[in-house]
Amino acid sequence: MLGFGNFEAWISAIDGTRMAPNAIELTGINKSFGPVRANKDINLAVHKGTIHGIIGENGAGKSTLMSILYGFYQADSGQIEVDGKPVTINTPNDAIAMGIGMVHQHFMLVENFTVLENVMLGAEGAQLISGSIAKARSELKHLEEEYALEVDTEAVIEELPVGLQQRVEILKALYRGAEILILDEPTGVLTPAEADHLFRILKQLKDQGKTIVLITHKLREIMAVTDNVSVMRQGEMVATRKTSETSVEELAELMVGRHVLLRVEKGEAKPGDVKLAVENLTVKDSRGVVMVDNVSFEVRAGEIVGIAGVAGNGQSQMIEAIAGIRRAETGRVLLDGEPIGVTGDADPALLRKRGMAHVPEDRHHMGLVLQFEENENSILGYHADVEYLNGPMLDIEGIRSDARDKIEKYDIRPPNCRLKTANFSGGNQQKIVLAREMEQDPAVLIVGQPTRGVDVGAIEFIHKRIIEMRDAGKAVLLVSVELDEIRSLADRILVMFAGRVVGERGPDATEGELGLLMAGVEGEPTKEAAE
Amino acid sequence: MGTFETLILILDSTVRLAIPLMFAALAGLYSERAGIFDIGLEGKMLAAAFAGAAAAAVYGSAWIGLFFAIIISVALALVHGFASITHRGNQIVSGVAINFIAAGTTIILGQAWFRQGGRTPALSAEGSRFTAIELPFAEAVADVPLLGPIYSELISGHSILVYLAFAAVPFTWWVLFRTRFGLRLRAVGENPGAVDTAGISVTWLRYRAVICCGILCGFAGAYLAVAQNAGFVKDMTAGKGFIALAALIFAKWKPVNVLLACLLFGFLDAVAIRFAGINFFGLFEVPPQFMQSLPYILTVVLLAGFIGKAIPPKAGGQPYVKER
Repeated sequence: MLGFGNFEAWISAIDGTRMAPNAIELTGINKSFGPVRANKDINLAVHKGTIHGIIGENGAGKSTLMSILYGFYQADSGQIEVDGKPVTINTPNDAIAMGIGMVHQHFMLVENFTVLENVMLGAEGAQLISGSIAKARSELKHLEEEYALEVDTEAVIEELPVGLQQRVEILKALYRGAEILILDEPTGVLTPAEADHLFRILKQLKDQGKTIVLITHKLREIMAVTDNVSVMRQGEMVATRKTSETSVEELAELMVGRHVLLRVEKGEAKPGDVKLAVENLTVKDSRGVVMVDNVSFEVRAGEIVGIAGVAGNGQSQMIEAIAGIRRAETGRVLLDGEPIGVTGDADPALLRKRGMAHVPEDRHHMGLVLQFEENENSILGYHADVEYLNGPMLDIEGIRSDARDKIEKYDIRPPNCRLKTANFSGGNQQKIVLAREMEQDPAVLIVGQPTRGVDVGAIEFIHKRIIEMRDAGKAVLLVSVELDEIRSLADRILVMFAGRVVGERGPDATEGELGLLMAGVEGEPTKEAAE
Repeated sequence: MGTFETLILILDSTVRLAIPLMFAALAGLYSERAGIFDIGLEGKMLAAAFAGAAAAAVYGSAWIGLFFAIIISVALALVHGFASITHRGNQIVSGVAINFIAAGTTIILGQAWFRQGGRTPALSAEGSRFTAIELPFAEAVADVPLLGPIYSELISGHSILVYLAFAAVPFTWWVLFRTRFGLRLRAVGENPGAVDTAGISVTWLRYRAVICCGILCGFAGAYLAVAQNAGFVKDMTAGKGFIALAALIFAKWKPVNVLLACLLFGFLDAVAIRFAGINFFGLFEVPPQFMQSLPYILTVVLLAGFIGKAIPPKAGGQPYVKER
């Protein structure tokens, strides 16, 4: 009898899973912004207690779809069901009330507030906050323990690393009773280690019965954590797969709509003369902290030297110093054997003339003026060159036809040189910068984070172009926090940790080997250690 | 007159001169903490002064004057809100416009209504001005050395608005840091996106902030025309709204610092008035113009970095647009 009872319970358990309504079910969702159809007839079912990935290139409509679910926008047509019940979500408040929480790509945190204040905001309870503070604090402690999400409740947000800030965003959602958690590109700002930690948290939340929707354009993340994955392309939902039954290659092809090479083919490097030599370079940041500590290396014509490392280990300051836009404390940088005056009078404009091109890490702040038209950005920095001038004036027609040539050659979309640069997608913006710098035919090319926030399709293109530069005999210095990128492009890999070059490896170095170097665990003995 | 008496007198006028600054700077604090820069404090104060003096003259009541001062000031604040919140206009342009509108219309309406060259009739009737309040025992303790004059001269003998201004400082602190409204107000000036995604209306919150600003500017104007002076004179704010703005930045948008900054500016003003044209040791005479310009010079010096970096609310001056 006992056994039979158990059997019955077992049956009903199976029934339960089979009959359980989906956490989210979207049917026929349409949304247009003016002439742009951001979502076309979207259907999506997310099972309760699973991690569901939504993948697609930038501008595929993923964020719009989730914004509709969170009440930021209203769909033009279509139906939303939460836990099997049809609902109308007009404001984020409605979504919160239904147990939907969202972790935004750009954190929605008040930076000079404490963790506690941020978590409370909008869920304070009473008019006076003194009573609710105590309540919120104990509630938060409880949540932190339950989900192992430790964070100091009294810490001020701006003093926390991004990984912890993101944790606060998750706590914010849980504090509001979220059962369904939407994460929009959560790893864009995280280091690989922080991203791994996030995935552990997500899996744990799933184990506790939460439903998680993960929006990303990174294939590896999808493979690492999700149970199911839906692919979006140009506003449409093109496929849904079980993660265990698909592959990176298949997903990439579904995303882009054609076959994509994830790893670019390249031949042997034929290194020539030393083009760029860095000698004992030391650079401080604006707070006076030493960020680059006595770094030396050289880059030869016809090779790609990759600088790997976790973000914030001095790479940014180093390439800024080499490009002449940040003053170094000590050391020399030689371009074609001639010093460029990194400790004093380095002049980026002059460096350009001498054949050094620089693709800055942050295209929005340093690479482009987003309010300018595409053609204006396509000559920025070279605008005083005779070829773009017509006497004392700019040669507007010449600049535009030059921009049209670059648009064609670099497949920049939409192909309109009069469009405001802000209206291009991240990948196309990056192509504008690359076209500008590469088409000057520089002897030395410095590239920072060439594919940050760039679609898979565009990544392939950018990688190809960088290798073409190498094969044309240019010296390329590549700085990237994407280890895959470094490994597939670089002919020699230097790893930076805490401002020092802690090791040099060939392109065949394993990920684990480089990872240890990047974490500072293992490295060539430094001078001090040897003494 | 002894040094002590002189000091008491200077401090006494410090208080009187600091009051309009305090009201206006606190007004600016509510608005700017919510992310709406308000360069129109001057104009709102001026319009409120005119409305207050006109209404007090017509109805013979200081309180009715105050009421109208607030109504007009709030109306102008809502215009600023409509332009910069609803229509996402440029907040500086809107503020400048309000200043010009106030400067012009007060004179035109004053001339049209009262025909006294832009002035309003002097408030001489009983109850048409906020008069000094004698605190209990002020007379009795006046002769006690040291503390007596401090109590009877400095603390006692001000109008009700002076005490309200001083009360407004801790009250503002309490609102900002102890109420739900204050928490949200501070948040919306830093990151309106955080407020929006938390399910709170950014628009309504910011409107409430500019209304608070309008109310306090109303008090500032009413104090000028119906308490400190007995009527409205054209351009009577004379840049106080801008000094208040400077005090607000100097105070780094914190209520208690606002009190101190305004007292400092008031003190300089009082010293300037007191020592204008005085001959120092028979050696040289400080030109009165120099003394009068002292508060402004100080403003420039202080704001030019002496106080360290004053970081304004992060979203200040930017209209909130939901991003895709």
